[in-house]
Amino acid sequence: MRDAEIIRVALVGNPNTGKSSLFNELTGLKQKVSNYPGVTVERRIGTAKIAKDVTAIISDLPGTYSINPTSLDENIVLQTFLNTEVEDYPDVVVLVADVENLKRNLFLFTQIKDLEIPVILIINMADQMKKRGICIDIDQLAQELNSQVILISTKKNQGIDRVKTAIQKYKEVPVGPFTKIASRIDPDFFPSLNKQLADIPLYKSWLLLTQHQHIQIEPALKKRIEKVDLKGHNLAKMQNRETILRYQFINNILKKTYSVDTDAATGLRFKLDKILTHKVYGYVIFAAILLMIFQSIFDWATVPMDFIDGSFATMSSWVKSQLPPGVFTELITEGIIPGIGGIIIFIPQIAILFTFVAVLEETGYMSRVVFLMDKIMRRFGMSGKSVVPLISGTACAIPAIMAARNINGWKERLITILVTPFTTCSARLPVYAILIALVIPQTRYGIFSLQGLTLMGLYLLGFAAALTSGYVLHKILNIKTSSFFVVELPNYKLPILKNVGITVYEKTKAFVFGAGKIILALSIVLWFLATHGPSDFKNAERIVTEQSVNKDNEQLLNQEIEAYKLENSYIGIAGKSIEPAIKPLGYDWKIGIALLTSFAAREVFVSTLATIYSVEDDEETNTIKQRMAAEINPDTGKGRFNLPVGMSLMIFYAFAMQCMSTLAIVKKETNSWKWPILQFVGMTVFAYVAALITYQIFS
Amino acid sequence: MAIGEQGIIQQDVHGKIPLKLLEMGCFPGATVELIQIAPFKDPLYIRVNGSHLAIRKETAELVEIEISENLCETLKL
Repeated sequence: MRDAEIIRVALVGNPNTGKSSLFNELTGLKQKVSNYPGVTVERRIGTAKIAKDVTAIISDLPGTYSINPTSLDENIVLQTFLNTEVEDYPDVVVLVADVENLKRNLFLFTQIKDLEIPVILIINMADQMKKRGICIDIDQLAQELNSQVILISTKKNQGIDRVKTAIQKYKEVPVGPFTKIASRIDPDFFPSLNKQLADIPLYKSWLLLTQHQHIQIEPALKKRIEKVDLKGHNLAKMQNRETILRYQFINNILKKTYSVDTDAATGLRFKLDKILTHKVYGYVIFAAILLMIFQSIFDWATVPMDFIDGSFATMSSWVKSQLPPGVFTELITEGIIPGIGGIIIFIPQIAILFTFVAVLEETGYMSRVVFLMDKIMRRFGMSGKSVVPLISGTACAIPAIMAARNINGWKERLITILVTPFTTCSARLPVYAILIALVIPQTRYGIFSLQGLTLMGLYLLGFAAALTSGYVLHKILNIKTSSFFVVELPNYKLPILKNVGITVYEKTKAFVFGAGKIILALSIVLWFLATHGPSDFKNAERIVTEQSVNKDNEQLLNQEIEAYKLENSYIGIAGKSIEPAIKPLGYDWKIGIALLTSFAAREVFVSTLATIYSVEDDEETNTIKQRMAAEINPDTGKGRFNLPVGMSLMIFYAFAMQCMSTLAIVKKETNSWKWPILQFVGMTVFAYVAALITYQIFS
Repeated sequence: MAIGEQGIIQQDVHGKIPLKLLEMGCFPGATVELIQIAPFKDPLYIRVNGSHLAIRKETAELVEIEISENLCETLKL
């Protein structure tokens, strides 16, 4: 058999052109999301079999309007095209353009073409042409652009095979200097640049010269570039001139090949924009959408969550009945199974949230929210673009903080990163869910339940805390940066289900395997710490039997032994030692243990209590909720989880910074230890004080 | 400039228009239409060269335009 041929393809294009849809069509689920080395920019790579014995390795580069970067995402695109040495260097570029904004898309096309890389132009959304009154002479356009041009529709799944064929025949795509505008930008400077860096294609030299501070290049080349004699020319002015000349070049081509009947355009978009960005209705609709999201997270997710909770309890006791008793069985039934359950239980809520966020992004509505919110967010030191991280933060702070990368001003970006963890992430949900179920009555008002409203109140509290701290930081932080803000408001589109599905699947998977590892590991460690201890622990049976008044009642005696064991285990000792500090908040040492462990990740709170109570409890079939409800406060003789304690705990979890992964990502994104430490201390102290006040008010 | 009005971007002698804006199609000679103004009078929603963009007022003030009735002014309100 012949060796299979491998073609490396880079997929580029403006945002909102359906680039990722094409990527999904080509690769299906054969894709992998990882990070670029050194930065947290997501790198999506997939493989596609495009012919017999031919496989394409396709990387979906971040969306960009130009090769001149203004953000970390866009740096990656430039980097990919400038480093010919690296393994990732593409054999062919597939540029996805949207039929309506062809002019702006061709701008990027000419830049890449000038880099002398074979590039194929894909014009997407061909199904919209008739409706928008657009007419393109494809053959002539291909001739003028000296390239292949293919019309496709990712929505209707048309033309994908032609893309594959074109990739396969990429060697037939002509390469070479294209626009030849260099001499017209400056007839004096460019020939001189060409002479100074004679071995590098001219446009590449120019990019290296203007952008070398943004990318990683080999030191020898860097030195050569820094030595280039500018002869007193102003780079920025030449860049501006280059841009204008490029557009002139494109206009000339489009005049011959592209026509649009403007009357056919804008109708629906215009009407929708009128309502969705209206000064009153705009906000009302946005608030209604948020309300719907939160209500559905609580209502729709309850059934599958209860089911998961119950299933794992049943599974634990079933396994226990099947396996011979011993340490190994205990590890499985009290450590591993509840641990895995603690991860799986998140999936319904995370999936619902990511679905909403993905749909809002896909339809183009999110950009309207950015537009609507920019002025307001600026008062709190952020940008309209911060709305996306803050909403995504309701799923998980980690992707949310990464989403802050496309905020251009450093101060606005930093504040967004620092306050995003206040928004109620899905890790808090199980904590809230179980506490609400325990302490808030099931009263209903029409379609709303008191429990749902409480949850919404907690969400609002999270947003309020984010905004307030944003305002404070805005006043304190003395950082002066120009924040440049341009947002494209794309056309409204019906979301493509496949795209939404893949996004939700990828993000949920990343969460389960990323955060899941920590949760599972901690569950096992916890189980060990709760079932082992110093001398008092080992002699528990003897000590309790000697002291107890219930010597005759075996069941009560066993319970006392278990309780004594837990109290004297390693974890019990740790919990006891912090009890004085948390007693004013209404917590005992068992809750203390859960607080300690949940500094690694909030959701561990529930699984910790589950582990603690199942170590203590003899009847294994109970769910976590039933066990918590049965917990008695020895001082009052009533339930431990009463309203003041429940409220105080919820407030603590609303504000405290309890997620190691988030701190790690903040460290990475801000490139310093200062900000994550400040964030951790600030949020935790605030949480303590707020929980203290709450407890005092309610009791 | 009022909502619905159009204007033409003037020559940018001092190079004040940010590169990013030029790249998005907002260059001298292009026609700009003001489509919508966000609540609290900022940012502005414009159409230029087929692109629909939201830009802040402070950025818009860098771009000189001539409104269709031949009045030269910045994109101020």
